[in-house]
Amino acid sequence: MTVAPEKTAVMVQLHLEDAWFTVCELARLTPGRGVAALLPDGRQAAVFLDRTGRLYAVGNRDPFTGAAVLSRGLIGSAEGRPFVASPLLKQRFDLESGACLDDEAYAVATYAVQTTPSNA
Amino acid sequence: MPTMPTLVLVGHGMVGQRFLEALAERDLTDTHRVVVLCEEPRPAYDRVQLTSYFSGRTPDELSLTDAGFIARHGIELHLGDPAEHIDRATRTVMARSGLQVTYDTLVLATGSYPFVPPVPGKEATGCFVYRTIEDLLAIEEYAKRRATTGAVVGGGLLGLEAAGALRGLGLDTHVVEFAPRLMPVQVDEGGGAALLRTITGMGLSVHTGVGTQEILTGGADGAVRGMKLSDGSELATDLVVFSAGVRPRDQLARDMGLTVGERGGITVDERCRTSDPAVYAIGECAQAVDGRVYGLVAPGYEMAQTVAASIASQDGQFTGADLSTKLKLLGVDVASFGDAHGAADGCLDVVYSDSRSGTYKKLVVGPEGELLGGILVGDAEAYGTLRALTGSVPPVAPEQLVLPAGAGAPVALGPEALPGDAVICSCHNVTKEAIQAHATLPEVKKCTKAGTGCGSCVKLIGQLLPQSGDKGLCGCFPHTRAELYEIVRVKRIASYAELLDAHGRDGARGGEGCEVCKPAVGSIIASLAPTIGAGGHVLDGEQAALQDTNDHFLANLQKNGSYSVVPRIPGGEVTPEKLIVIGEVARDFGLYTKITGGQRIDLFGARVEELPLIWARLVDAGFESGHAYGKALRTVKSCVGQTWCRYGVQDSVRMAIDLELRYRGLRAPHKLKSAVSGCGRECAEAQSKDFGVIATANGWNLYVGGNGGATPRHADLLAQDLSDAELIRLIDRFLMFYIRTADRLERTAGWLERIEGGLDHVRDVVVHDSLGLCDELEALMADHVAHYRDEWADTINDPERLERFVSFVNAPDAPDPLVRFVPERDQIKPDLPLLSIGSRPLEGSVTS
Ligand code: SRM
Ligand SMILES: Cc1cc2nc3c(=O)[nH]c(=O)nc-3n(C[C@H](O)[C@H](O)[C@H](O)COP(=O)(O)OP(=O)(O)OC[C@H]3O[C@@H](n4cnc5c(N)ncnc54)[C@H](O)[C@@H]3O)c2cc1C
Ligand code: SF4
Ligand code: FES
Repeated sequence: MTVAPEKTAVMVQLHLEDAWFTVCELARLTPGRGVAALLPDGRQAAVFLDRTGRLYAVGNRDPFTGAAVLSRGLIGSAEGRPFVASPLLKQRFDLESGACLDDEAYAVATYAVQTTPSNA
Repeated sequence: MPTMPTLVLVGHGMVGQRFLEALAERDLTDTHRVVVLCEEPRPAYDRVQLTSYFSGRTPDELSLTDAGFIARHGIELHLGDPAEHIDRATRTVMARSGLQVTYDTLVLATGSYPFVPPVPGKEATGCFVYRTIEDLLAIEEYAKRRATTGAVVGGGLLGLEAAGALRGLGLDTHVVEFAPRLMPVQVDEGGGAALLRTITGMGLSVHTGVGTQEILTGGADGAVRGMKLSDGSELATDLVVFSAGVRPRDQLARDMGLTVGERGGITVDERCRTSDPAVYAIGECAQAVDGRVYGLVAPGYEMAQTVAASIASQDGQFTGADLSTKLKLLGVDVASFGDAHGAADGCLDVVYSDSRSGTYKKLVVGPEGELLGGILVGDAEAYGTLRALTGSVPPVAPEQLVLPAGAGAPVALGPEALPGDAVICSCHNVTKEAIQAHATLPEVKKCTKAGTGCGSCVKLIGQLLPQSGDKGLCGCFPHTRAELYEIVRVKRIASYAELLDAHGRDGARGGEGCEVCKPAVGSIIASLAPTIGAGGHVLDGEQAALQDTNDHFLANLQKNGSYSVVPRIPGGEVTPEKLIVIGEVARDFGLYTKITGGQRIDLFGARVEELPLIWARLVDAGFESGHAYGKALRTVKSCVGQTWCRYGVQDSVRMAIDLELRYRGLRAPHKLKSAVSGCGRECAEAQSKDFGVIATANGWNLYVGGNGGATPRHADLLAQDLSDAELIRLIDRFLMFYIRTADRLERTAGWLERIEGGLDHVRDVVVHDSLGLCDELEALMADHVAHYRDEWADTINDPERLERFVSFVNAPDAPDPLVRFVPERDQIKPDLPLLSIGSRPLEGSVTS
């Protein structure tokens, strides 16, 4: 009898209305970039990892164009606050509050994120 | 409601329009009924930039106003309806259409008309003047249809501009000037000689010291066939443009009994009032209180302001202006300003002249050392600064102001040295102080109008704006791109984080960086990769996080979140088999196909998860990435050349393919484009490229710094009659020197214009190796060529890299439901969600 060695992966979870929703393994994220996640109700979230290991999640749909592309934007920080710049028309969104830094009439949703160990 | 006073403006030219704006700025359009009679069929346009019509500016783009402005201010504008008669007793203006308007205030802004010397034959078919858009349309039509040779009567500022235009239309062009030198009003003898060399060097034939006696005609319709000159000689020509000066259009004023000057021009006082206090005259039709009739737009603008101020009961007067000019003729730098001929008492000249390079510079200095004026030919770089310094004592000795850079002269005088009240934009009379109250060029243009006239001050404005103090790339780095390139190269830093933490601004170290510096540093690291030992693939390691999304997915993001795919087609040459593969791939994946402006094929509408599948098929058929997504070499266009074309003198297709394969994948501060033409007919448009090659009987001519796009620029000739090997060596050096020293997102055109010493400096460095850099530049390129790998072939064979090509990390098989298409003309187009302008919240997004 052989026993498979137990592998522990760290999973990324988003907080939706009332529960934590598992997105993917942390290892799928590249520091400085994002991934898109399809949520159960059909909405999309963009999840980012920064170089210090912090996670952020915001709505994936760019309110200026309607395309679901924010996960493909570059992230950065200005005065200590993290943001993502839309890859289409380059408007920046604060990753913590979701506010658009270039036009206060716009904002995207934000989601709480956590990591949790899981057996895989 | 009490009736408003009526103000009638006759003439909607440049000054007329400026006057309307001056009224609006003072809210006078709210308190007056404003009626404008405009003789031309279109509203005011930029006459100063008229010639740019021949380099592609449309009449619409030349317009100085828009329907919005006219409507917003309730102005009644009558196009194509000139004033024909004015009765001062009843204060009534009668227009050609029969319209009659009674005025309380009348403003005449009728401009001037081109003077045509009374020579026999001057009315013949083929004779033109050069003043309105209609004139240019007629010249263009005629030149295309029935002229191969053209002659301009008059070698002044406008005559040379017209000659440049004729040459641009492909005519063999002559200039006939009565005076012993060109531009007699602006330049002196020495300047005229330098100018003559430059103009003849451009291929124009110049005849000075001769008058035009007669226009010779022939043929059934009596069209122009030549001209007879005062020395008895004849000049064969199919087209004649008279540019022998302008005369004020004062006939209307004469008819209504207003006082006019001896040599024409409606006499006005310092408030621009004519001999009838209810009538003003402004612009080129007026003779100012100093007795002059100004043929330039800037004084006219000042008069417009003066009259608006007067109507608003504000202060303001016009007592005279300076006659600075900078010639806009393609390829020649000529400028004169202030007291250019040294007419003032006790003034002295400082002259620098170098007939080899066609440079002549003269400054006129007053007894106290103050700068009074000057003439610059061949190198008018310092024009903006010098013009602004006129009237004051320059902070350095005048001889240092005329010596060329590098001739032992200490640092050229920078704009910092200018006093706050120095006038930087003379078209709109804007001072250094007023410009420095703003942060960006668009803001300056909007708020002060500086830079929106002749444009000659724009460069200087750029140097005065706050960024020029802080040349840093962005909020993260205090360095320019060129400085960062040197840091990366010398310290062999292959990591963005390392660079940011060691060299970033204080607040930015340890942070995340930003979307401006990440791709810029990514590009520097990529272009130096072999030399500094960084991983070569742009998707590798930390590099992956730096690339713009297009580089990250090796494709171009489109407006609905889908991508376009552009395989490389070197030189535009493609086999039927490969064409069929492209067709099949497009059909199988349902992609929209289009021939691009770069001689290749673009496939649109791919979902991110389809990209690797599409590329697996393309790579299999022998295609490579076309780098349409990268700040890298795009295409090297070719013409069919010697192999097929009866005119071709070299194999342009082979050379284009060689160049495209050599420089493919080369990362640069901005995209790079090239083309190779098989002969001087230039079917590949090489002179609009970053580096362009034109075949000659003896080899190749290399042109650099061309650009299409928003600010087109004709390339400059860098070297002639090169062998294949010489050509490639020179391009290697040129590109690597550009990559090393250019700013972020600066094409070669802007770079050549910006760097000190311009083309001459670049030629010194890459041809004469003046910095001893050439070996290094060539070695860098050799490294690039040796290490090139196709990014797509590498990607489709690497499972880890492929992982990112999914719409959703948690549902790798699900396509993004928001990427939708609808049919159009037998293909697809994006089905875009309707977004209202404003803040309508979308699913997945909330408004604050
Ligand atoms: C596809 C194409 C239009 C077409 O259907 O023909 C095109 C499409 C785009 N052009 Fe272009 N340009 C295309 C030929 C040109 C040309 C013609 C040429 O190359 O001979 C020019 C003028 C020549 C020049 O660049 O000097 C041109 C001048 C521009 C400019 C202005 C550049 C400038 O220096 O002013 C931009 C904007 C920029 O780069 O900042 C631009 C930017 C773009 C972008 C990248 C805009 C964007 O960010 O989405 C477009 C995306 C391409 C895509 O999604 O695949 N495109 N663009 C052409 C692709 C050629 C190719 O095979 O690679
Ligand atoms: C090719 C070219 C290049 C130039 N380059 C420069 C330059 O680099 N720098 C510079 O400072 N200046 C330059 N100028 C001169 C500049 O264009 C003029 O100084 C400026 O246009 C004068 O403005 P204005 O309104 O007085 O006259 P205009 O712009 O000529 O406008 C007068 C208008 O009045 C109309 N009009 C005349 N009579 C009547 C009537 N009875 N009823 C109704 N309308 C009438 C005319 O049709 C015309 O549209 C250039 C001119 C040309 C032609
Ligand atoms: S540039 Fe010359 S060789 Fe090339 S196609 Fe045109 S005419 Fe023929
Ligand atoms: S000097 Fe002509 S626009 Fe400024």
